[in-house]
Amino acid sequence: MSRSRNALALGLAALALLAATGVAAQTPARHGIGRAATAAEIRGWDIDVRGDDGLGLPPGKGTVEQGEKLYLQQCASCHGEFGEGNGRWPELMGGHGSLTSEDPRRTIGSFWPYAPGVFDYVRRTMPFTAPQSLSDDETYAIVAYMLNINDLLPAGAELDAAKLRAIRMPNRDGFLQGDPRPDVVAKGEPCMTNCRKEPVRVTSDLARKLGVTPNNRGN
Amino acid sequence: MNDDPREVERPTPPPARPSTTGRRGFLARGGLVAAAASAPGLAFGKDENLPPNVPEWTKSLGPGVTASPYGAPSPFEKTVVRRHVEWLTATEQSSINFTPLHELHGIVTPSGLCFERHHGGVPEIDPAQHRLIVHGMVDRPLIFTMDDIVRFPSVSRIHFLECPANGGMEWKGAQMDGVQFTHGMVHCCEWTGVRLSTLLAEAGVKPEAKWLLAEGADAAAMTRSIPIDKALDDCIVCYAQNGERIRPENGYPLRLMVPGWEGNVQIKWLRRVKLGDRPWHHREETSKYTDLMPDGKARQFTFMMEANSVVTSPCPEKPMKHGKGFHEIRGLAWSGRGRIKRVDVSVDGGNTWKAAELQEPVLSKCLTRFRLPWSWDGGPAFVQSRAIDETGYVQPTIDQLRAVRGVNSVYHKNAIHTWRVNSDGTVNNVQIT
Ligand code: HEC
Repeated sequence: MSRSRNALALGLAALALLAATGVAAQTPARHGIGRAATAAEIRGWDIDVRGDDGLGLPPGKGTVEQGEKLYLQQCASCHGEFGEGNGRWPELMGGHGSLTSEDPRRTIGSFWPYAPGVFDYVRRTMPFTAPQSLSDDETYAIVAYMLNINDLLPAGAELDAAKLRAIRMPNRDGFLQGDPRPDVVAKGEPCMTNCRKEPVRVTSDLARKLGVTPNNRGN
Repeated sequence: MNDDPREVERPTPPPARPSTTGRRGFLARGGLVAAAASAPGLAFGKDENLPPNVPEWTKSLGPGVTASPYGAPSPFEKTVVRRHVEWLTATEQSSINFTPLHELHGIVTPSGLCFERHHGGVPEIDPAQHRLIVHGMVDRPLIFTMDDIVRFPSVSRIHFLECPANGGMEWKGAQMDGVQFTHGMVHCCEWTGVRLSTLLAEAGVKPEAKWLLAEGADAAAMTRSIPIDKALDDCIVCYAQNGERIRPENGYPLRLMVPGWEGNVQIKWLRRVKLGDRPWHHREETSKYTDLMPDGKARQFTFMMEANSVVTSPCPEKPMKHGKGFHEIRGLAWSGRGRIKRVDVSVDGGNTWKAAELQEPVLSKCLTRFRLPWSWDGGPAFVQSRAIDETGYVQPTIDQLRAVRGVNSVYHKNAIHTWRVNSDGTVNNVQIT
């Protein structure tokens, strides 16, 4: 009797233990799924260049002059011969002193904080219709030209990893780290009645005139 | 490309007015004309299917079970679609379209109506040839097939996803006369996948790793840096959306879900995760997706989507055609910080507020549907909603936001929104003070 009760108690304890280990066994730190990525596999995809210090910049070089030629062939149709941007395509130069104006222009010259970031972006996704088609030398050359049209590299210059790292962009210190939000904080409980001191005044009624209302074309 | 409001501020002519050539014919602006009578297969202006007549569809046999192996909405719902604004961007490959919030019910967005934002078009990826590589500051660089990823322990969550440029065209003034365009860069789906923390544990994150870079396999090879704490907290590497594999435009076959954070970090077509000790300062976290302040400095890494809400009925697309009397005010609220605690609604431009009813379940980082019965007296009204989340954060007014951030920050505009209901029942987007 008492033996069987003991046995039962033991059994329960074992069960509890089993349950505990059972749960652990269901969520191991590692599942043994996937396999080691080979160095060659990683090399093919590991294209990122760190924007600020240029970690990951490949060997290679290119001149402003070579870059101008390539840029005119492969980039100017959208971005304009001097980076001024055709139509609604992005502009790649100018905008200095505009960041506090009513019409801020955020360009490589006026806004981008780091030069190696430009290399990273162009190599990974430009030209727009043929991404990842530029060689590293071509990318250095085109970046050299884009820095040149922004007065950040002289016309005769040649660009490589070390020189790219050394370029100090005009808006280098233009970015605030650490999200300060919530930066618009309500004081006290939100008001529920008699909240307005003045009658409603419409400050902007442009939408009706522009008339950008989703239509029923079903497109 | 251009989440930039100055692209919008120019007095460019708006896109073509409702077409007069379509089958549905001469719909008035704002969809004021009832469309039912002009629906396909029906003679316009006839009411032969109304009682006491027996309708056509009752007197004939319909198609059988194999007619539509993958179902589609009723042809009468043809206008429930994503829309874009042609003059916003130079090309549709780098552009935005908008969720038709005014047509949605409940909190889940049908996959085919989720707004799209691509920087290099939608890639057509063969899942058999898709791989995810996890490397950098890890003990074991790993490569996964899609089958590998589906084998891992899975998790499902319902979360909203919002582009931080949602409403960004409205910093300087009310411009878009429709909720689809003022707030339609948000959707809410059930996402299923493996926790990112599970994949990272598999690779073994080195202690010095503080950030990771997520990269897409699209033509933009989109990249964003994400702090390791968030990566280990609630991020999901997803392969399913609303019960089926993710739609191509939403990241097929694999995307990152970063709950409550801005849409751009939730990398679609995810192919690579690299661990590092610092952020990468790539283009989408310097040139774009940074918030320019009045002093010319830009805030960087502003990931959180703060509480936001909007009334979806009435709205410009859903005018008060019925005349005075009962109207259920309906809308959506959401917060990247957690649950919505309360939504207040005003019909007098913020003088009087009433707490709306919240539809259960109210989930964290998820759209929440609110409702308030209203008896419209037929006079002009200013309809607003104000969301309060579980952290006590109160959705601000546009004046309050502008006082701190100016009008040039493009992103993260979450102001209380105002619809003016006119006596004729039409509704406009206005800003008030
Ligand atoms: C067919 C048009 C087209 C061509 C050709 C083109 N681009 Fe672009 N470029 C774009 C578009 C569109 C974007 C914005 C993409 C997005 O949505 O993020 C862009 C963005 C850029 C940017 C980022 C601008 C910023 O300030 O954020 C740079 C730099 C750039 N392109 C460089 C180049 C270079 C270099 C070439 C030639 C090798 C090139 N582009 C060719 C269309 C084009």
